[in-house]
Amino acid sequence: MTQVPVVELKDLDLAYVTDREAVLALEAMNLTVSSGEFISLVGPSGCGKTTLLSVIAGLLPPSRGEILVHGKPVQGPSPEVGYMLQQDYLFPWRSILENALLGLELTGRLNEESRSSVLELLDGMGLGNTANQYPHQLSGGMRQRVALVRTLATNPDLLLLDEPFSALDYQTKLQLEDLVVDTLRQRGKTGILVTHDLSEAIAVSDRVIVLAARPGRIRKTYVIPDNIAKAQPFYAREEAGFNDLFHEIWRDLETLEGKGE
Amino acid sequence: MSRLVLMTQLLLLVAFIGLWELAGRLKWVDTLIFSYPSKVGRQIVKDAFNGELWPHLAMTVGETAVGFLLGTLIGTLLAVVIWWSPFLSRVLDPYMVVFNSMPKVALGPIFIVLFGAGFTAIVVTTLSITVIVTTLVVFNSFNEVDNNLIKVIRTFGGNRRDIFVKAILPASFPAIVSTLKVNVGMAWVGVIVGEFLVAKIGLGYLIVYGFQVFNFTLVLSSLVIIAIVATGMYQLVVYVERKLLKER
Repeated sequence: MTQVPVVELKDLDLAYVTDREAVLALEAMNLTVSSGEFISLVGPSGCGKTTLLSVIAGLLPPSRGEILVHGKPVQGPSPEVGYMLQQDYLFPWRSILENALLGLELTGRLNEESRSSVLELLDGMGLGNTANQYPHQLSGGMRQRVALVRTLATNPDLLLLDEPFSALDYQTKLQLEDLVVDTLRQRGKTGILVTHDLSEAIAVSDRVIVLAARPGRIRKTYVIPDNIAKAQPFYAREEAGFNDLFHEIWRDLETLEGKGE
Repeated sequence: MSRLVLMTQLLLLVAFIGLWELAGRLKWVDTLIFSYPSKVGRQIVKDAFNGELWPHLAMTVGETAVGFLLGTLIGTLLAVVIWWSPFLSRVLDPYMVVFNSMPKVALGPIFIVLFGAGFTAIVVTTLSITVIVTTLVVFNSFNEVDNNLIKVIRTFGGNRRDIFVKAILPASFPAIVSTLKVNVGMAWVGVIVGEFLVAKIGLGYLIVYGFQVFNFTLVLSSLVIIAIVATGMYQLVVYVERKLLKER
């Protein structure tokens, strides 16, 4: 069985070129993510986490090296890849349903069938009766759930999550972590999460990848033991070994921060 | 509180008119120049009934309406063109600033020579002062649209046209509507100045004519009519704005 990995980075460099200087944001990145896997990227600020997501999403072309999604070089944004941002960024002038349909509209796949499947998705996330409301009428957690529906509506195989829970209060954040992980597992989707929250990273992932800053590069990969990785994020935090792992990665991150000064 | 404000406002108006009337009647001021309210009122009523007022009023209102609607439209279209081409926007930037700070009504005489003394020249004079400001304001609001909304569109593979139609334009809609409000006031300035220069018909013409024959009652009555109609027009735009933006 030679399953094609969902994402493959091969010796990937990315440099930002401005009028004055060129900054190396990512250096010699090698990473393979297989189907159904959930990985997290953690690291100090300036380690290029978000930049890496943008490259995988096809928003930024790499300066050197290769980036493959489903074995094909990334040419630009594709419907196979869904992207969830730090905040919901719903369009205030669109109703909840219209917001959720945005991706289908843009990819030219809006029809009766896809429309009713989005309504079902909204229903499944407890948003069924908000379809005709506007974003400002919803709470932060509900809005981020709408953003999740918007991302899932185009049925991507790979979800890129750029700190999607960081703007939420703690309780909502835990609920949403569970919801996102459950949803991705049920549908057999692959997820890449960028986060500042180490305990979140361990609780939701199969692998945690620690990045170093300036230039951004992979420092170490931690494989999360099955008992933690397979548990629901909320309960994963209580599993045996969670704390030890947390402290181990924490120390790793601290030495990185120290060097970054 | 708001009732008290309204009462005070009315009181001020009544006091102003009363004082003016008194000053005129008691010859505290030169009535040849300052006239007084009852005389101005009689003038308006007389012109309204013998029909002399209406062609002037219709012409001026027509010019103003065309001027501010067209100004907003052209200004917005220009902003769209500039937004579409980052190269063009960088090239035009200094020219826009210079053109914006230049007193463009000074170009009025050129327009009259170009388009003849009449409606077209006056509307073009009006456009010369409304278009650039509109372009600057609308273009700015295009640029102030949250980049993350644009990123959302891009992650779904949207192109520049999608970005414009789905994010930039709807997000800037309130700004475009509010330029309508600004342009109402600007259009009145443009039209009156234009009519000063052309002087055949219109409220601006009545003002100039009043000066020439030393009939300041006519001048002031024209001004009163302008104030009333301009306020009405402004309120209409405010009403339309509220209707258009209600859904948000």
